[in-house]
Amino acid sequence: MGSTWEWQVFLQDTGGGRTYLAWLMSAWGWTMAVSVMALAVALVVGSLMGIARTAPNRWLVLMGDAWTEIFRNIPLLVQIFLWYHVLPSLFLSLRALPSIVLVVFALGFFTSARVSEQVRAGIKALPRGQRDAGLAMGLTLPQTYRYVLLPMAFRIVIPPLTSESMNIVKNSSVAFAVSIAELTMFAMQAQEETSRGIEIYLAVTALYFVSAFAINRLALFIEHRVQVPGILGTGR
Amino acid sequence: MKMPVHASAVAMLALSFALSAAHGQANDTLKKIKDSGSVTMGVRESSGALAYTLGDGKYTGFHYDVCQKVLADIQKQLGLAKLDIKYQPVTSQNRIPLVQNGTVDLECGSTTNNAARQKDVAFAPTLYVEEVRIAVKANSGITNIAQLAGKTVATTTGTTSVQLLRKHERATGIDFKELFGKDHSDSFLLLESGRADAFVMDGQILAGLISKSKNPADYKIVGEVLSVEPIGIMLRKDDPAFKKAVDDSIRAMAKSGDVAKLYDKWFMQPIAPTNTKVGLPPSEMTKAAWANPTDKPLEDYAKK
Repeated sequence: MGSTWEWQVFLQDTGGGRTYLAWLMSAWGWTMAVSVMALAVALVVGSLMGIARTAPNRWLVLMGDAWTEIFRNIPLLVQIFLWYHVLPSLFLSLRALPSIVLVVFALGFFTSARVSEQVRAGIKALPRGQRDAGLAMGLTLPQTYRYVLLPMAFRIVIPPLTSESMNIVKNSSVAFAVSIAELTMFAMQAQEETSRGIEIYLAVTALYFVSAFAINRLALFIEHRVQVPGILGTGR
Repeated sequence: MKMPVHASAVAMLALSFALSAAHGQANDTLKKIKDSGSVTMGVRESSGALAYTLGDGKYTGFHYDVCQKVLADIQKQLGLAKLDIKYQPVTSQNRIPLVQNGTVDLECGSTTNNAARQKDVAFAPTLYVEEVRIAVKANSGITNIAQLAGKTVATTTGTTSVQLLRKHERATGIDFKELFGKDHSDSFLLLESGRADAFVMDGQILAGLISKSKNPADYKIVGEVLSVEPIGIMLRKDDPAFKKAVDDSIRAMAKSGDVAKLYDKWFMQPIAPTNTKVGLPPSEMTKAAWANPTDKPLEDYAKK
């Protein structure tokens, strides 16, 4: 198996009318779908929780902290099983949802805890005078956040958020455990069927790498586009 | 910005070269066993009654017993005073690479003997012919695969049943939704919780899981035989002396009736750890395999 390559295995028919290459592409599509949707959930929810944790209202801070601690302290795979097996047996209405929705929530909420931590760090990194100056100018607190604090805070945390986005692509691989037909499931199944494990796993590795790397480059592009020279004191 | 792309390309190339350099082992297992006084048996952690673990590094099962007999015969043949048997747990993913690269000398699990795998490894004569069946909830009223149209069918990732269902769907035009459990217990949970209407898998795995479930009477194994799969013990290819030794031992076991006794012990009597019995009588094909042991692949069985 090691001394001969059989890349043409990808052109073989899987028995269901399509080639392994077509299946690989479909699996890649599922991985990207899960990753992008979970990323959207994570960014929105995580940012809200991160902002809540810096609010002057004690209850908001408590809610944000509780959310972050719950989703940070449970392993991702366990969270996915909770969403897929445990919650639907407690709340029967969840049974009707397709598993991809449950996985997007699980992965999204897991990552939102990390995003909330980073957004909170970004806001706290700003000098306290920024908030006070905003309020002194007559802006309401939400307006201060919207026009003064968040623009700077988000620019600070773009690099860690990039890491989280890349992590979501890699973490999407656990979705195979709840029957999402994504790349890792493709790798395990196709490897078993064709016995060409090396070729299959190399192709899947390459696709994961390309996906994560593309997100990395996109985030770098965004970082440069929204850059405001001098705003963060680095003279850039 | 150029560096990451180049570095990653080099890394991938290095990885692929490292993997391809793994082959090149001299294939004389008997000599290796004689010289080192030890042999490595590949074992499974949960393959029904064929091979499973009792925990704590202890393994057991039908094929485990068969292999112990085979190794005892080989020990006698080589005239070794002591034979140290090492146990290497394997999974569906790594069992073939581990046999090929010499880590495992004899894989005693639940590997289907088919033509694709015979390109990479050799198989001992089949002592157990598996039939792929359907498990459903007894009150579901499903009795054959045609009634699964529009229903949800579960099977385990990384098994040959997935491909089987796919081919069947295409051949008969029956369309059903597929759910994949990450292992057999997970797939059974899908059936138990009602997420799936049927679980397609090897009969002995179905029987074992049903017997260990909370309410075995709630489930039934129904329907036509979807596929007949010879299950074989794997060994390295191109090693005629070792294959002969293993084959002779297995044929002797089949002829003397030891295999029938072992089958009864594992499939008809209560077994550890839960002391429940699988309750699967030997099928016609299995009995035929004992009468005429052969290592022909799955495709030859299907031709009949």
